[in-house]
Amino acid sequence: MPELLNDYLPIVIFMGVAAGIAIALMASALVIAVRNPDPEKHSAYECGFDAFDDARMKFDVRFYLVAILFIIFDLEVAFLFPWAVSLKEVGVFGFWSMMIFLAVLTIGFIYEWRKGALEWD
Amino acid sequence: MTEIFWTLGIIVLQSVALLTALLIIVAYLIYADRKVWAAVQLRRGPNVVGPWGLLQSFADLLKFVLKEVIIPDGANKGVFMIAPLVTSILALSAWAVVPVNHGWAVADINVGILFIFAISSLEVYGVIMGGWASNSKYPFLGALRSAAQMVSYEVSIGFVIITVLLCAGSLNLTEIVMSQQTGIGTSLGLPGSFLDWYWLPLLPMFGIFFISALAETNRPPFDLPEAESELVAGFMVEYSSTPYLLFMLGEYVAITLMCAMMTILFLGGWLPPFDIAPFNWVPGVVWFLTKLLAVFFMFAMVKAFVPRYRYDQLMRLGWKVFLPFSLFWVALTAGVLVAFGWAP
Repeated sequence: MPELLNDYLPIVIFMGVAAGIAIALMASALVIAVRNPDPEKHSAYECGFDAFDDARMKFDVRFYLVAILFIIFDLEVAFLFPWAVSLKEVGVFGFWSMMIFLAVLTIGFIYEWRKGALEWD
Repeated sequence: MTEIFWTLGIIVLQSVALLTALLIIVAYLIYADRKVWAAVQLRRGPNVVGPWGLLQSFADLLKFVLKEVIIPDGANKGVFMIAPLVTSILALSAWAVVPVNHGWAVADINVGILFIFAISSLEVYGVIMGGWASNSKYPFLGALRSAAQMVSYEVSIGFVIITVLLCAGSLNLTEIVMSQQTGIGTSLGLPGSFLDWYWLPLLPMFGIFFISALAETNRPPFDLPEAESELVAGFMVEYSSTPYLLFMLGEYVAITLMCAMMTILFLGGWLPPFDIAPFNWVPGVVWFLTKLLAVFFMFAMVKAFVPRYRYDQLMRLGWKVFLPFSLFWVALTAGVLVAFGWAP
């Protein structure tokens, strides 16, 4: 436990100092700058028009697809991290096990490609 | 008790020193960015505030602080104000584990690169929160585009990091740099030279990492979230004053982090280009900064003379070119290391 604390306490403190700087910067404008509210100034920007309808509108399903694909491949990267560091220990057997895992994922990737999940037009 | 107090005090001092140095360097990188851009277009760039305009970034900071903070009536006010804080705090806190010289890191943890990877993944939250909370169409579309772009290129960055890890055999950033002391250069009879660094054996991955870093940090030519001809300023449209400044700061700190990552992973960190007399007298931190500036110069030049990508081209490049290629290169690197018994 003390070793873990030794390693990670500086990160927490560093984040704290960074947060202090960021909050101080933000607060400085809120305190110093003149505030002169006006309904036109505080309306949503839409090139000079009044907003036509709600901004939380329907959007393209492909953004979801990208997010799902990202999760799969990012998890794959997370699996690869410990394997990459211990390649010497896991040896030839470990290498081929990971190659089979990557091959399975590649088949899935080819399927997505052929299905057109990666097409933007 | 006093011992713990001293330890904590030293950590706080280290953090403040590193952050101050970082913010000053970022201020001058912004200045350098504008000067390079201006020089390419045969303009002078900022040249009024201070000698040669050297104080321009500080004048900008003052101007931001004196501007009115506008929070749109339709916005979710809490999330709207937290979003820039999230972006800037996360961008800054990744620097806690970056070693700028041997042993010069605030926290030299044994999973340093994993920490940086995790923190830079979280940065997308600032964008999403800012775009959603603004409750306006341009920020919403900009945030969606930006998020999709950032996550797409993060996958190839992950694979590039894996290839470096295969060669280095450690997740600790200091050990990754130290493992670059021997390599191709040593076998060619130039031990400790710049030919030992990973940019040479992993040259294609060096290129992919550089381009992915441009896309990950929304730099031109991949600045589609804020393509001003289409989306005005992307997810930052409704922001003004220091909240906007924090987004800009987060962006440039992230760019600087990417330059530092390229330096550490591929350009030998603080190692001198030749391990002989005049070069190894220079302190490591000077070499680190020199390499970081050289990489940033490439970032600035790309911004100045590459035209902007179209969004479908950007996604095609990320998913159909970089992802298969970097996946193939991971398998190839691992195969070569196992076949020749070179695995560290």
